[in-house]
Amino acid sequence: MSMLADAPLKSAVPTDQELIDFVVREARLIDQQRFDEWLDMYADDAFYWMPLEWNQTDPRLTCSLMYEDKLLLSIRVERLKGARTFSQKPKSRCHHVLQTPQVDSRNTAANSYVTWTAMHYVETRLEEQTLYAAWATHHMSVEDGRLKINLKRVDVINCDAAFGNIQLFM
Amino acid sequence: MTRYAGNVAAIRALVRDQEVHRDVYVSEEVFQLEMEHVFPNSWVYVGHDSQVPNAGDYFGTTIGTQPVLLVRHTDGKVHVLHNRCPHKGTRITSETCGNTGKFFRCPYHAWSFKTDGSLLAIPLKKGYENTGFEQSHAATGMAPVRHVRNYRGFLFAKINDGGLDFEDFFGESLSSFDNMIDRSPVGQLKVAGGVLRYMHNCNWKMLVENQTDTCHPMVAHESSAGTVVEVWKKAPPGTKKPMAVEIIAPFMSSYEFFENMGIRIWDNGHGHTGVHHSIHSDYSAVPGYFEKMKAAYGEERAKAILDENRHNTVYFPNIMIKGPIQLLRHFKPIAANKTLVESWTFQLVDAPDMLLERTLMYNRLINAPTSIVGHDDLEMYERAQEGLHSNGNEWVNLQRLYSPDEAEQTNVAVNGTSEWPMRHQFRAWSKFMTMGM
Repeated sequence: MSMLADAPLKSAVPTDQELIDFVVREARLIDQQRFDEWLDMYADDAFYWMPLEWNQTDPRLTCSLMYEDKLLLSIRVERLKGARTFSQKPKSRCHHVLQTPQVDSRNTAANSYVTWTAMHYVETRLEEQTLYAAWATHHMSVEDGRLKINLKRVDVINCDAAFGNIQLFM
Repeated sequence: MTRYAGNVAAIRALVRDQEVHRDVYVSEEVFQLEMEHVFPNSWVYVGHDSQVPNAGDYFGTTIGTQPVLLVRHTDGKVHVLHNRCPHKGTRITSETCGNTGKFFRCPYHAWSFKTDGSLLAIPLKKGYENTGFEQSHAATGMAPVRHVRNYRGFLFAKINDGGLDFEDFFGESLSSFDNMIDRSPVGQLKVAGGVLRYMHNCNWKMLVENQTDTCHPMVAHESSAGTVVEVWKKAPPGTKKPMAVEIIAPFMSSYEFFENMGIRIWDNGHGHTGVHHSIHSDYSAVPGYFEKMKAAYGEERAKAILDENRHNTVYFPNIMIKGPIQLLRHFKPIAANKTLVESWTFQLVDAPDMLLERTLMYNRLINAPTSIVGHDDLEMYERAQEGLHSNGNEWVNLQRLYSPDEAEQTNVAVNGTSEWPMRHQFRAWSKFMTMGM
């Protein structure tokens, strides 16, 4: 794995390849259950959003599967380490397959970069293995010479289906 | 093998004063009998007025495992119809909800029906001449569920003609609906925000029981609510408590908190936790809301409405409502070991948006398939569903704070950690299961 996304950016403005590497690395950290490092990729005021509705525009007055700030994300990460987290005994594992992320927009003046990534995500625990198909939209900016995620939006293709437990991060 | 069909004594023997037999959770035969008796004999929640506001609007749901649909007829009345074509059984509607216009049309052979279910037309009608078709069941159209009741916007239906009438079935328990609705300054609710659907590999009654189980939160939810409390402790002093922490942290309240909050028992398996206070009692005030309530109801009445903090009100057989945050959970049975949970949220008409925002946040943080609190619960249900197959002990213990004279009592408030509500639900279960057998 390239260290590019982890290391400071080579210049003030990220290249397309640096954006792509960053998104790929995020998925890898989840797969490897390196959740503390994963959380560090998020800006302090970031949100992780999984809409409940197809083409949902409002996370506030329409319900979502997840719409969590960094406090709630860090609670999830802490919980995964807990001795009495019974739904994670044994632990879930997950696996991402990403298409190459596409850089949808680069706005250097506004320090705003958006990528769009089609992916398959598999979560497994005990005998169950479940496949989800989704698109991840990453809104990123440069902070102290490093990329940070401001918003990650995960649109699951069957967002309105009745799911069992989805325990990790897509 | 049939052990229970038509065998009233065997069914009654499944429920003892202080314990129930595992077959009520694991037996497919018992499950089928529930679908034939418990659900058709009960007033089952089918939806809310606001889901079908206009003539021709429909919404599909289930009574037990039977598909039905609600539809608003041209005269404004809501009908509940069995969702099958009387011809060959095809489900009539293709979407869960929508507007069908003036009539339903079966997509298979184009039989069409008025929105009250009556037969409107059949193509090539000549083919039925001299066949005695007029006397057939099919000629009557889509079969209606005959007993339908709209209680302040909440729609209930009963399939069987026997059983109790609406008032006798619910009695004083409707006060929890009243309180939830009265929280709107205009006394009106509206379904809003979308429905969360969550599939559970366990028996539906485990979910219903859990709504009045106050000895599990501080244990099962230590991983979620306990972590919230721990992480929140590290916040710099003076940080404003986020809405999410207000919502999740009270799940870690002490046994004493839950003992003192109390449980109320009504007839027919209904009841609620949170007689004196609840995990909803200490939410921050929403700016502008009390002023609106005061203007609508007067100060004293407004306070009385908002001081009621019922936690979970369970309505037999399969819904729970949370008045203080306008939420309804529908536990839809699919098989003995499979249940679909739908969590519906309501907007208080003419109240600030922030109340709906809180309701939705609660739903997402507690009831979503992605919710860590939900994960804690489901793990326990699924372990129980498996563990019950052990022959080491065929009985589930429901003995906490049992009192020998309790079966004769109704409308009493008891210790908040009592398993009386669960015993009470099973007494009702036994009654509606064997009613008419």
